[in-house]
Amino acid sequence: MLEEQVINKNGLDVHLVSTPKYKTTTFVLQIKSSLTQKTATERSLLASVLKSATNEYPSRKQIRLYLDELYGASFQADVQRKGENHLLSLRLEAANEKFLKDKVPLFKKSLSFLREVLENPYLDENGNFSEKVIREEKRTLKQRMESIYDDKIRYANKRLLEEMCKDEPYSVHPYGEMEKVDEVTSETLMQEYKRMLQEDDIRLYIVGDVKAEEAEEAVSIFSVTSKTEEAMNEGNDSEAKEPKEITETDDIQQGKLHLGYRTSITFADNLFPAMQVMNGLFGGFPHSKLFMNVREKESMAYYAASRYESLKGLVLVFAGIEASKYEKAVDIIKKQLDDMKQGHFTDESVEQTKVMVKNQLLETADSARGIVDLYSQSVAADKKRDLSEWVKAIDSVTKQDVIEGAATVELDTCYFLRGEEAAK
Amino acid sequence: MTNKKTFDQLQETIYNEQLDNGLTVYVLPKPDFHKTFAVFSTNYGSIDNHFVPIGKKEAVTVSDGIAHFLEHKMFEDEQGDVFQTFGEQGASANAFTSFTKTAYLFSSTQDTDKNLETLLDFVQHPYFTDETVEKEKGIIEQEITMYEDNPDWQLFFNLLGSMYHKHPVKIDIAGSADSIYEITKEDLYECYETFYHPSNMILFVAGDVQTDQIIELVRNNQNNKSFKEPEEIERIFDGEPKEVKNDKSVAKMSVNTPKCMVGYKVNASKLEGKELLKYEFSMQLMLDALFGPGSDAYEALYEDGLIDDSFSTEFTAERSFSFLAVGGDTKEPDKLEERIIQTIDNARDKGLSEDQLERVRKKKIGNFLKQLNSLEFVANQYTSFAFHNIHLFEAIPVLEEITIDEINQMLETHFEESTRSVSQIIQKQAN
Repeated sequence: MLEEQVINKNGLDVHLVSTPKYKTTTFVLQIKSSLTQKTATERSLLASVLKSATNEYPSRKQIRLYLDELYGASFQADVQRKGENHLLSLRLEAANEKFLKDKVPLFKKSLSFLREVLENPYLDENGNFSEKVIREEKRTLKQRMESIYDDKIRYANKRLLEEMCKDEPYSVHPYGEMEKVDEVTSETLMQEYKRMLQEDDIRLYIVGDVKAEEAEEAVSIFSVTSKTEEAMNEGNDSEAKEPKEITETDDIQQGKLHLGYRTSITFADNLFPAMQVMNGLFGGFPHSKLFMNVREKESMAYYAASRYESLKGLVLVFAGIEASKYEKAVDIIKKQLDDMKQGHFTDESVEQTKVMVKNQLLETADSARGIVDLYSQSVAADKKRDLSEWVKAIDSVTKQDVIEGAATVELDTCYFLRGEEAAK
Repeated sequence: MTNKKTFDQLQETIYNEQLDNGLTVYVLPKPDFHKTFAVFSTNYGSIDNHFVPIGKKEAVTVSDGIAHFLEHKMFEDEQGDVFQTFGEQGASANAFTSFTKTAYLFSSTQDTDKNLETLLDFVQHPYFTDETVEKEKGIIEQEITMYEDNPDWQLFFNLLGSMYHKHPVKIDIAGSADSIYEITKEDLYECYETFYHPSNMILFVAGDVQTDQIIELVRNNQNNKSFKEPEEIERIFDGEPKEVKNDKSVAKMSVNTPKCMVGYKVNASKLEGKELLKYEFSMQLMLDALFGPGSDAYEALYEDGLIDDSFSTEFTAERSFSFLAVGGDTKEPDKLEERIIQTIDNARDKGLSEDQLERVRKKKIGNFLKQLNSLEFVANQYTSFAFHNIHLFEAIPVLEEITIDEINQMLETHFEESTRSVSQIIQKQAN
């Protein structure tokens, strides 16, 4: 099974997964900081500004042309929410040169390019980020923020989290806030950039047909280091509160029903594998209770599913329904969770779900991006789970564990986005 | 007889065999992967709505969305839900319907043999009752409604609707809420019998498998079933004019950012095999050189605030239709439209250069290698190409053959104003 090796070179942790199975090599520079209202917008803008101009390739176009030279290496910068951390990732994927007619040293060139993006950005004669680049990236960032609204399922999910986690860092969207974009200046961006290099936990993931020695030698060009900090794993102080109920309207055809539940069990917990199984049986798969009852029995929805956010301790349910079926759908969903808590499910269904969860995990590990996500969760939660141990842990989950997991799940917020007509 | 084909540069070996009943089986061993991915496809999609049913003489026209409806209904038999069976065997199953293909698939990290049997058996065992057909209508209606709220989907289908006069590619793959309520179990059986004959289907298996064992399993499975003699399927497409139906479609939706897409309808090509592959690649290279992120046009549009990362191009060449489209999110749809057209017209005057071609060619080779990391991509794409008698793994030599003269010739012939249509989504309310 694919296990990672961690190589520390000049203070930088390099997580290497060495495998012959891909025709490309994937590099991810991952930079972790706390998710806060104050810095989220600056961070997400910083990601865009860094990816747009470097000292050696001072425009987007020059970067593109260089990447095309590297046989169309793909390069992205993005920001994600991982629990209450904000992750800024620089991702590069390049062909493995052994498949090419001309032998270009793509591995070394890729790493040099990534280092250049991170450590040697394009600055003007006064040592500031370029105003022009900032202006353009502000505009696309705003457009990206606005486009969340255009995808109603994504929008409803965002609104649910904003309402549900109101005073918690988790409510901050990884893109940041629209109102804050214009406040960012080239000075504040520079401060944030310097702070990032000095204080953040920076690490490099490499997945591909690469030997440890090769990687070790090639990464010695970096001068940044990895700083492990205490994982921010607050969990949830779940004082029993009345669930919040929020309904909003929009000019849409289908109602988007999103329910937010809390659980105290997170990635680092012993019961984590049990919660994975619990979520799988509740709404993770086509044999799950939500799919079978909301979709198949009642023909109420095309999709009805749940997702477990293990770094924060949330179970999120979503379904697309006709607005008039709101109460009925909510009742059915609540009933499914109650059934989980009461143990109204068979041992066979637990076994089946375990197989499915394992299958999903191994499939994730078949893609380079999936591998990086799996291992970076361990870093974010400060709890190492190797793939083979993880699979074993799922194997040993019992029905009783699933009931215990379900017992921790409490409804917090029920959010419904419905059509305007139907609301009248 | 199992055929073996090795592609040295890619370090891939693929096996295939056509069984007695006409079914073609491909196996791609990928021992380093945990999972096995299998896809069972029929050469039948949403555009095949006018045809002569097997064993009959008269052509019929069926309700919109029936191929997709059939896809939904295949998952149920006397015992219930096939998802359940896959689930017990640790596989995740799915299916999709495109314009020209319906595909059923699973991926699993254990019990490959059982899952493969399940896949073959459920797709080759239609079971529809009046009651189960009725029940599915609510689910599909919700699926259609979900897409009605999706502005990218609407943008795309509005473009097709305005490009085509009568070709069924203009119809939403899932049909409409009205059309699906007309569908009966008899209609489903008729389409099934006609299009799900093994000779019209391909099974592709990729993953940690033993080729001989897989082929043996499939052969035994098929030998235990009986099928009618294969017949050539007669699909009917009414003549589609070369020109577009309307030059513009504008729809209002609840969005923050408007969207604009410019499309050109391309005369349906009769190309097959390697020629078709080359044609498709040439078109993609040309579009990337014109509008890709390394092009002058992209840079200028970005700097002028007319596009963002969602801007992209696509080219589709399928049985009986073909088109290209360029566009994305934009604050100023009219201006973007004008600039896209201007870029094409300028390029037609000046032509593209050798350098531009070399750049996008390299990029395409790298991207192709990237895509080959995904068993899903390989299996689906290999199947689509195989329906056109092309080996996907021959792609790189074909890419290397394309010349700048060929590209520039295409530039001249593919962008007539009369074949152009524009689709826009604009804001319903001013913000």
